[in-house]
Amino acid sequence: MGAQLRVYRRRIRSVQSTKKITRAMELIAASRIVKAQARVNAAKPYSRQITRVISALASQTATLDHPLLQEQTDEKRVAVLVITSDRGLAGGYNANALKMASQLEELLRSEGKEPVAFLIGRKAVSYYKFRNRHIEQQWTGFSEQPDYEHAREVADALIDSFIRTEEEGGVGEIHVVHTEYVSALTQRAVANRVLPLVVEESDEAPPEDFVLPLYEFEPSPEALLDTLLPRYVQTRVFAALLESAASESASRRRAMKAATDNADELIKSLTRAANSARQAEITQEISEIVGGASALADA
Amino acid sequence: MAAESHELHVELVSVEREVWSGEASMVIARTTEGEIGVLPGHAPLLGQLADGGVVTVHESGGGHRLIAVHGGFLSVTEQGVTILAEVAELAEDIDASRARESLERARSEQDLAAQRRAESRLRAAGQPV
Repeated sequence: MGAQLRVYRRRIRSVQSTKKITRAMELIAASRIVKAQARVNAAKPYSRQITRVISALASQTATLDHPLLQEQTDEKRVAVLVITSDRGLAGGYNANALKMASQLEELLRSEGKEPVAFLIGRKAVSYYKFRNRHIEQQWTGFSEQPDYEHAREVADALIDSFIRTEEEGGVGEIHVVHTEYVSALTQRAVANRVLPLVVEESDEAPPEDFVLPLYEFEPSPEALLDTLLPRYVQTRVFAALLESAASESASRRRAMKAATDNADELIKSLTRAANSARQAEITQEISEIVGGASALADA
Repeated sequence: MAAESHELHVELVSVEREVWSGEASMVIARTTEGEIGVLPGHAPLLGQLADGGVVTVHESGGGHRLIAVHGGFLSVTEQGVTILAEVAELAEDIDASRARESLERARSEQDLAAQRRAESRLRAAGQPV
């Protein structure tokens, strides 16, 4: 076998084995999307209900006086929580989230604030480390399958630094950058401010006859607010984690599908090239034999 | 008004999913202030549930349901009762021996939150704590 043909055959084998890997990753990601999406939907009733309860509470207690609702205009430091994945090979997923984060940071700087990074996911951590940027706090290892425990850990750290004053290394605002799962084909990186809280109804309009109930409280409204608000922040972080996990799987599925298709394409053109190399080899052999035979006949 | 009906619409949601919903004649829970029973037509109430508690739902079809609820809130409105829980498990989904194990572990590690969670699971499963 000629050298050229051997090279082609080797490349075809290598592309084929890569294709097997990308195909497997595509299938795994596809099955994870379904699960992740189900979790996003399953977590919705809770966040809807807690929003409703807090709205009712807020509408009733005339003087909402809670540290988590207070604008801290004197504090220049602002926390930015960036949610990315632990693994790559997910197309533009991480790049988009990080781009959104830099845009947000730029915007904050132009307002005279100083962004402080809180990062989730190995990709964000290595991005910031490579650029020698300061990382206030980081969490890794759960980007694909986040639990409520993780959300609680992150939210508590954020709340803690929100409540501390600037001198103690606290922050005055908390923003979250995550990737919204719009559909299997569209995921969008978005930035939201989480703290100080602005209590708002969810996007669904309440039913016509829906009136906020005039609650009695057990214990006092202040004590309830004290436990409800951190819970609410945890819910927001949890929802962001779940959406990001679904988006990550969707992006990975798409990227791996493209990679598998490209491998197919590549195998096809390599096979053509290998065939023509083989043909050329045969032609050459024939002409050598014919040439040799006629040289012998002439002699 | 809802007070005229003899049923309560109960929704029990945990952070992960909606655990149970249905019609009930009475809901019994323990808030941080004490035990409370909610009947149809109860005045709107927002209460914080005691940690490691059990919520009893008397279903309107007869029979009752025990649910281990940890870190939750009880919201009674004219539309019904909503229980928001960090962790909620129906009694029939609870593995008593595993709950017992995690209780022992929590006790030895002095993890109070985990201990309360395991206790509420055991109580809902009808085991002595």
